[in-house]
Amino acid sequence: MDTKKYVIKQISIFSENRPGRLAAIAHALGEEKINILAFSIAEANGFGVVRALVDHPEKAHDKLLSLGFNIAFTDVIAVHMKDQPGGLYEVAKILGDAGINIEYSYAYSGKEGAVLILRVDLVEEAIKKIKNSGATLLERSVFH
Amino acid sequence: MRWDPRIEEMPREDLQRMQYKLLKSLVYRLYSFSPFYHDRMKEQKVHPDDIRKLSDVQKLPFMFKRDLRDNYPDKIFTATKDELVRYHVSSGTTGKPTVVGYTQNDLNNWTTSLARGLTSAGLGRGDVIQVSYGYGLFTGGLGMHYGAERIGATVLPTSVGNTERQIELMQDLGATAIACTPSYLLHIGEVAEKMGINIKKDTLLRTGILGAEPWTEGMRNRIQEWLGIRAYDIYGTSELSGPMFTECAEQKGFHIWSDIALVEIIDPKTGESLEAEEKGELTITILQKEALPMIRYRIGDITTMEEDICACGRTHPRIQRIQGRVDDMLIIRGINVFPSQIEYALMAIPEVGEHFQIVVTRKGALDDMLVRVELNKESFSDKINDLMQVRQKLEHRLRNSLNVNVDIELVEPGSLPRFEGKSKKVIDKRSM
Repeated sequence: MDTKKYVIKQISIFSENRPGRLAAIAHALGEEKINILAFSIAEANGFGVVRALVDHPEKAHDKLLSLGFNIAFTDVIAVHMKDQPGGLYEVAKILGDAGINIEYSYAYSGKEGAVLILRVDLVEEAIKKIKNSGATLLERSVFH
Repeated sequence: MRWDPRIEEMPREDLQRMQYKLLKSLVYRLYSFSPFYHDRMKEQKVHPDDIRKLSDVQKLPFMFKRDLRDNYPDKIFTATKDELVRYHVSSGTTGKPTVVGYTQNDLNNWTTSLARGLTSAGLGRGDVIQVSYGYGLFTGGLGMHYGAERIGATVLPTSVGNTERQIELMQDLGATAIACTPSYLLHIGEVAEKMGINIKKDTLLRTGILGAEPWTEGMRNRIQEWLGIRAYDIYGTSELSGPMFTECAEQKGFHIWSDIALVEIIDPKTGESLEAEEKGELTITILQKEALPMIRYRIGDITTMEEDICACGRTHPRIQRIQGRVDDMLIIRGINVFPSQIEYALMAIPEVGEHFQIVVTRKGALDDMLVRVELNKESFSDKINDLMQVRQKLEHRLRNSLNVNVDIELVEPGSLPRFEGKSKKVIDKRSM
């Protein structure tokens, strides 16, 4: 199985926890005409990590790097969820049963239904299990 | 009350004659037996024979904290291992700490100095002295402990921390005096209030021997008024031995016992001696130190000296409250912290850059130190846990090297001020 086409490049940005930091990131992406497709902020005491799926990750990376941001790429996968009660359970159960750990995740309401973005410890393994279970994985090309 | 009336009331001329003799024999001894001092005196082109009066001390070379670092741990010691009876260790300016060794005579002189001071502050047999300075490598706890025992007081060695228990014991065992930092005593007062205990009414406390950090007359008035005690300042550093000199009941500066220490106030820029009552850098020669002799040691504290005879009748000169530093040393909860120590510790941690900023505040009565460091690009991880671990590692490392708790804030690379000199590295928001 070609798992690569399901591996999506997320950008992760280190940010201090103070007013204006998110605006600075969003402004930089806007200037480059980069569209943010999905997005989350994880916060710890004093700092945070901004995670985003964008249409041009390389361009976003270079732009933010040139502005002095700490930025990295992270591989994530995106799964279609049924937009109804139990939708999340189905996906989480597949991974739980396979012993794959979800490090973090966030969801967004996509054009064709709810999408769950997942960062897991075993990316290839997760792709195979989800595919085999019949659930739908979004391909990288949907995003960029 | 005098601990040693003969010495404490000795006419000034006799004291100075005694100092001259002690200085002369000290210089001869070190010139003969200490390679460090021998070389220093040669460099300065001064021979013991050139010391012909007390003021000739000005011909002698200065000694600095960096000399202790450069000779770590014990290269300057003039006592053999079997003559040493104790070590104390304090913070150095970089990675290596400052080690002080003591012979039995050194401990005796230290204890005697404190016994005179504590007596002059009205303490003695029948007092219960709670020692809330840290016991251990820090000189505060053990120094006060032996001084208090020497005058026949009962020692309650609570050391630092566990404030509620300290207050319980203070009450139950009837402590009449406490030795700690002034900010810790304020903290005790605040915690006591929360416990429903009024220090003024519900305890026997009437004396505070407070030091190891700078404080003001305003803070003294507040402590005295609020807690119903007399608050005395105490001065010392580990290089001198430890806490050594206290105020007498007049509360007009520390009496520096002339048979123990020869004090000069110098211009920190030129090294020239200043007249009495002129503000300058405190420079001390300890006249009878055996293990780690100190000639013209430049402590870095700014103060003035008063040579008039104190109203208490003691003839020994007094130095005033410490008014500042010649360097960028900080005092956090009574512990000396040099920004260079932080720089040194950070160099060993690859996850962060070399730029840092120190922010000191007070949380309630206690000091709080935050160090802001820039996370390196290579060390950035998408996982919050990894970043938390970097922060924990930093907190642990700095705590170990500074001996004081530090909070770390990770900031974005390039966000800290650069090339703006030392002043911007430290933001001290404490007000006293």
